[in-house]
Amino acid sequence: MTTAELMSIVQQLASGMSASLLIFVLTLLFSMPLGLIVAFGRMSKWGIGKFKPLQLLAKIYISVLRGTPLMLQLLVVYFGPYYVFGISMPRTYRFVAVVLGFSINYAAYFAEIYRSGIESIPVGQYEAASVLGYSKSQTFFKIVFPQMIKRIIPPVTNETITLVKDTAMAFVLNYTEMFTLAKQIAAAQTTIVPLFVAGLFYFIFNGIVAIVMEKVEKRLDYYR
Amino acid sequence: MKVLEINHCNKSFGDNEVLKDISLSVSEGQVVSIIGPSGSGKSTLLRCATLLETMDGGDLIYLGDYATKMDAEGKAQYGTPAELKAIKKHFGLVFQNFNLFPHYSVMRNITEAPILIGKRNKAEVYAEARVLLEKMGLADKEDAYPYQLSGGQQQRVSIARALAMKPKILFFDEPTSALDPELTGEILKVIKDLAAEHMTMVIVTHEMSFARDVSNHIIFMDGGVIVEEGNPEDVINHPQMERTKAFLGRFQQ
Repeated sequence: MTTAELMSIVQQLASGMSASLLIFVLTLLFSMPLGLIVAFGRMSKWGIGKFKPLQLLAKIYISVLRGTPLMLQLLVVYFGPYYVFGISMPRTYRFVAVVLGFSINYAAYFAEIYRSGIESIPVGQYEAASVLGYSKSQTFFKIVFPQMIKRIIPPVTNETITLVKDTAMAFVLNYTEMFTLAKQIAAAQTTIVPLFVAGLFYFIFNGIVAIVMEKVEKRLDYYR
Repeated sequence: MKVLEINHCNKSFGDNEVLKDISLSVSEGQVVSIIGPSGSGKSTLLRCATLLETMDGGDLIYLGDYATKMDAEGKAQYGTPAELKAIKKHFGLVFQNFNLFPHYSVMRNITEAPILIGKRNKAEVYAEARVLLEKMGLADKEDAYPYQLSGGQQQRVSIARALAMKPKILFFDEPTSALDPELTGEILKVIKDLAAEHMTMVIVTHEMSFARDVSNHIIFMDGGVIVEEGNPEDVINHPQMERTKAFLGRFQQ
């Protein structure tokens, strides 16, 4: 293989990378807040006796999305509207389905990470805030949330890195991101090089994620 | 005017009756110490008074404002959230474990509540906080974070945090129990200074000689009831009830 051929592969994959990056960014953007809402539901004590509808709903959500393959979820989100409801979606729905599928899946994981962080905050923090007159939402946003963020950085980094690699899963919906492209080139040119290059791209991408998260962690190091 | 009045307070956790018909009142400038063995209900009483626990029955009144009012059956009926929020301005609480906010500097720990909750002028609150820190001997610590301070320093910050809200009455829940004897002294001194300034205080403590020296009134609790109360000399040095004598016996030797 000539250098020119290699450069061409790198160039093509780099353009595919932007699609992967878009999935990655949008998924984080939607799944992180959605996860917080699910976590609130999961921790909700609202209800009558042992029947807590919000908690039950969140539990079902989490168990279904954690308990079934992401690939299957992507297919359901994409084909569901047509095969279940008979609605034919526009062409652009392919990309929407990818982001939607990833987001609802990752929200389930983020919800449990948030919950672990929130529940690890000592009850004394809530009591101190209550006596000082903080409302429930002030207590959460001023006292609990910032401390939670610090505690959940390592598992969130884990999830984020997994997401980088999971973007390759978009191929099941024929959405052309980097990995799909690499496979196509590999098949067309009967060479394994594109796959190696793709691997290198993921590795570098994750290196950047790790460095950024470490920076965030360092920034929160000012207290213990 | 009574700063705090508790009438016929009852509290159970399941079948366990923790407080049985407790009544007490605290006047302005009074320092009341509550002593008693572990499990006597003294901390629960303090937590009920500071609205961290709900009483099952009885009245809880701050400066004439009812936080809870007994209904015809003696059950405690709590005020609306807005009423309770207003009542919370009357009191402060110093915890055994300080419960400072670790992600805030000393200054922010003290000033956030007056600014955020009290809606007070920022510059004014900061100026007052500096005076408080000076008084606590922590003038150089305003930018420190709680983890950088000793237990005694943290407890003094938490006292300053409570005082910054200008409470009419300050509660202490075993303020020295998490500290070693050397650090205990510095907290007791701060409380004594506050007493000299006629701060109204209710102190749950195991420090008998301190309770005797600093308070105007001592309450001895056991098994969820007030066994004996009176002026410090009488209760600590000449207890009348057998239970009080037994409890204080070790201390008096």
